[in-house]
Amino acid sequence: MAATAPAVTEPIVEMENISIEFPGVKALQNVNFRLFPGEVHTLMGENGAGKSTLIKALTGVYKIDSGTITVGGLSRRFAGTADAQSAGISTVYQEVNLCDNLTVGENVMLGHEVRGPIGINWRKTHEAAHEALIRLGLGDLDPRQPLSSISLALQQLVAISRAMVTDSTVLILDEPTSSLDANEVEGLFTVIRRLRDEGVAILFVSHFLDQVYAISDRLTVLRNGVVVGEHQTAALPRNQLISEMIGKDVDTLNSLGSQRSRAVHSGGAPYYSAKDLTRKGSIEPVDIEVHAGEVVGLAGLLGSGRTELGRLIYGADKPDAGIVTIDGKTTEVTSPVGALARKIAFSTENRRDEGIVGDLTVRENLVLAVQARRGWARPLSRREQAAICDKYLVELNVRPADPERAVRDLSGGNQQKVLLGRWLATQPELLILDEPTRGIDVGAKAEIQETIVALADDGMSVIFISSELEEVVRLSERIIVLKDRRKIGEIVNGPDVTAEAIVDLIASEGSGA
Amino acid sequence: MSTPVARPSAAIRVITGLFHQPYVWAIVALLLLLVVNLTKNPAYLGVSVNAATGNLSGNVIDILRASAPIMMIAVGMTLVIATRGIDLSVGSVMAVAGAVSMEFMRNTGTGSFGTAVVAVLLALGISALLGTLNGILVSIVGLQPFITTLVMMLAGRGLAKVITSGQNTSATNETFRWIANGTFLGFPVVFVIAVLIVAVLAALVRRTALGLMIESIGINPKAARMAGIRPVGILISVYIVSAVLAGVAGIFSTASVMTVEVAKTGMTAEMDAILAVVIGGTSLAGGKFSLTGSIIGALLIATLDKTIVYMSIPSSATPAFKAVVIVIICLLQSPRVRSMFNRRRTRVIITDKETVPV
Repeated sequence: MAATAPAVTEPIVEMENISIEFPGVKALQNVNFRLFPGEVHTLMGENGAGKSTLIKALTGVYKIDSGTITVGGLSRRFAGTADAQSAGISTVYQEVNLCDNLTVGENVMLGHEVRGPIGINWRKTHEAAHEALIRLGLGDLDPRQPLSSISLALQQLVAISRAMVTDSTVLILDEPTSSLDANEVEGLFTVIRRLRDEGVAILFVSHFLDQVYAISDRLTVLRNGVVVGEHQTAALPRNQLISEMIGKDVDTLNSLGSQRSRAVHSGGAPYYSAKDLTRKGSIEPVDIEVHAGEVVGLAGLLGSGRTELGRLIYGADKPDAGIVTIDGKTTEVTSPVGALARKIAFSTENRRDEGIVGDLTVRENLVLAVQARRGWARPLSRREQAAICDKYLVELNVRPADPERAVRDLSGGNQQKVLLGRWLATQPELLILDEPTRGIDVGAKAEIQETIVALADDGMSVIFISSELEEVVRLSERIIVLKDRRKIGEIVNGPDVTAEAIVDLIASEGSGA
Repeated sequence: MSTPVARPSAAIRVITGLFHQPYVWAIVALLLLLVVNLTKNPAYLGVSVNAATGNLSGNVIDILRASAPIMMIAVGMTLVIATRGIDLSVGSVMAVAGAVSMEFMRNTGTGSFGTAVVAVLLALGISALLGTLNGILVSIVGLQPFITTLVMMLAGRGLAKVITSGQNTSATNETFRWIANGTFLGFPVVFVIAVLIVAVLAALVRRTALGLMIESIGINPKAARMAGIRPVGILISVYIVSAVLAGVAGIFSTASVMTVEVAKTGMTAEMDAILAVVIGGTSLAGGKFSLTGSIIGALLIATLDKTIVYMSIPSSATPAFKAVVIVIICLLQSPRVRSMFNRRRTRVIITDKETVPV
């Protein structure tokens, strides 16, 4: 804790008066940014504020129109990430950029393999990989196992190991925690602190406020390509940070919680119920009930089975056993096709791989599920498609509200809204949302949370899955707590239920047994 | 509605729209080839009308005739490639279709209209069967399309030889022959049939949601499944369509000589089809597809074939010449080259902007 007194040393990176203009957009305007050795510096801002652009300007992916970049006392302009890396600036991006089909060790050492007299010495390469992994506390990860066999969270840590193989002096982490659970985040932070104490300058981007306050020494806030503040984290109140980021005071997030805990649907038959729903290797038998107009939260750490349960209910994975009752009728849901026919919709946590169809337009993405249910032979007319687009682009405030734009050109938050629109267009009775607010900016997050509340008020049953416990507590009437692929408890929400209460339940469960 | 003033701007819009199409360079190349031919013979594009029969004749008509079978397999290949697949068996299916129809007509020996109809149906039936097999192996069994259809390519060629006992079977049937050599309203029958089939198929794909689903599967199969699209039926269908169209192409190319050459009919046709698709701007990685582009690609390949003959380039050099032309077109279409052009264009715009405020 006695660590940082950055102001006395020279900055390792100094960016002065940086401006970048894309056709029609001023992405960065006269941005000043300083990064000191031995500090964790967070870049904050909504999507489109210029965080990624600033990082890409530093690493030379984008050419700057004006301004100077000084690294280690020398004026530099990098030609790209490889050039930046050779100057000691390594980047780990939000989406894991590794090769699934190579081993863990090969990924860590790719491009830095240990060479012997006859080509690559694989034994030594894997040893070096092992050492790099030990540095991050991943010593029990076998460098020879394929990357595809480990979890997304571990892959993220492997990506960081890979960045540190080159002994970087500057490490850029672009949303490294978005797919990590609380334990792994803590493990990552331990490593970040160790690297910081070694004198590495760490540039950190995250949407999780708690994490920002837990790890960063200083932070810079960007909005619309302009720096709106540079602060010592400890001296900055959270509400001031949020209002700087979105340019206005938001009480929206705080006012949501009280609304939800009022209605309790304990009486009457549930709309959806499953008894002993299970799949081998995925989740142990679970009972779950959801009433009409109720939000049921699934709380648990990554790997607790919260996503797996959602997928079983939707039929994305086929259940081995379980008795499912929907609206009083016993039935079986074994495929997404079957689920949609029974008015169940599921929004995946894996937006890029299982959600959007990137090359298609916003319109085509919106109508896809409705069209799939109607079958190919009964196409939606232009007018029906336009009606769906008009309704959901406005209701969900998708920006830009252009139905003919390719969906991959939209920001993460807007892609998420398009996906939500796709499922709402099927007019589901039961909507399963897996991490609908992950990796999106504060404004979009509040909008999506409001939408969920409004849908439940209109009588829809919602199963809400999120790694942010506060969010689960705020939105759900009942919370099913999962741990290690088992249901360990069910909490009826009330004024005295807090995120801490759930953490306590997860922490205490099992230790006594 | 449209005033005379508005008309030229509409025309300009169509042309600028065309320039955003990935197949614009194929059109340019097509025109260039025609210009090359014109320099050798200014009357190259001339089309004469036979006063007695009303038939059109000329080099352009020959090109249209030759493009018909390539169009058939290129369109089928487009749909398969859009689903992230590939169909290497089209050439062999052409040979099988030709072998079945020729063998049937030779053995019945009647030469009647009915015989021709049965021969066509037999050829298309066995093609559909082979396509179904491809589709089942790819979608249900989960084999790689490349391997599946490579095996079918070998098996199909073998099957054709078994059907004709290794002989180059000939037959006589005027109806069947009319398909390749006859004319309809002055145009070659093969071309008319090809255009009709393409029109029906284009309507089927674009007027229903089939195209959207094929593209979804090709772009992101997992997301398509999660959205409730059933891939199996669609995959089997595209392989059947591809094979049946290959069958049609087989009929076209055997009917003109009324002989199936089991070792030559449809040989390397799959390459022509894939090239036509690529030239037409459909990515081999699957996803978005353009039937129009593939048809232009097919026309380009047919023109190229004819030009090589017309320019008396030695036939042994034909593949090399073809390769050079196609490499140039693919280079012009590559994202990197296109972005080079775009960058130059935007740079001009930016400097314009900068000069204005100063």
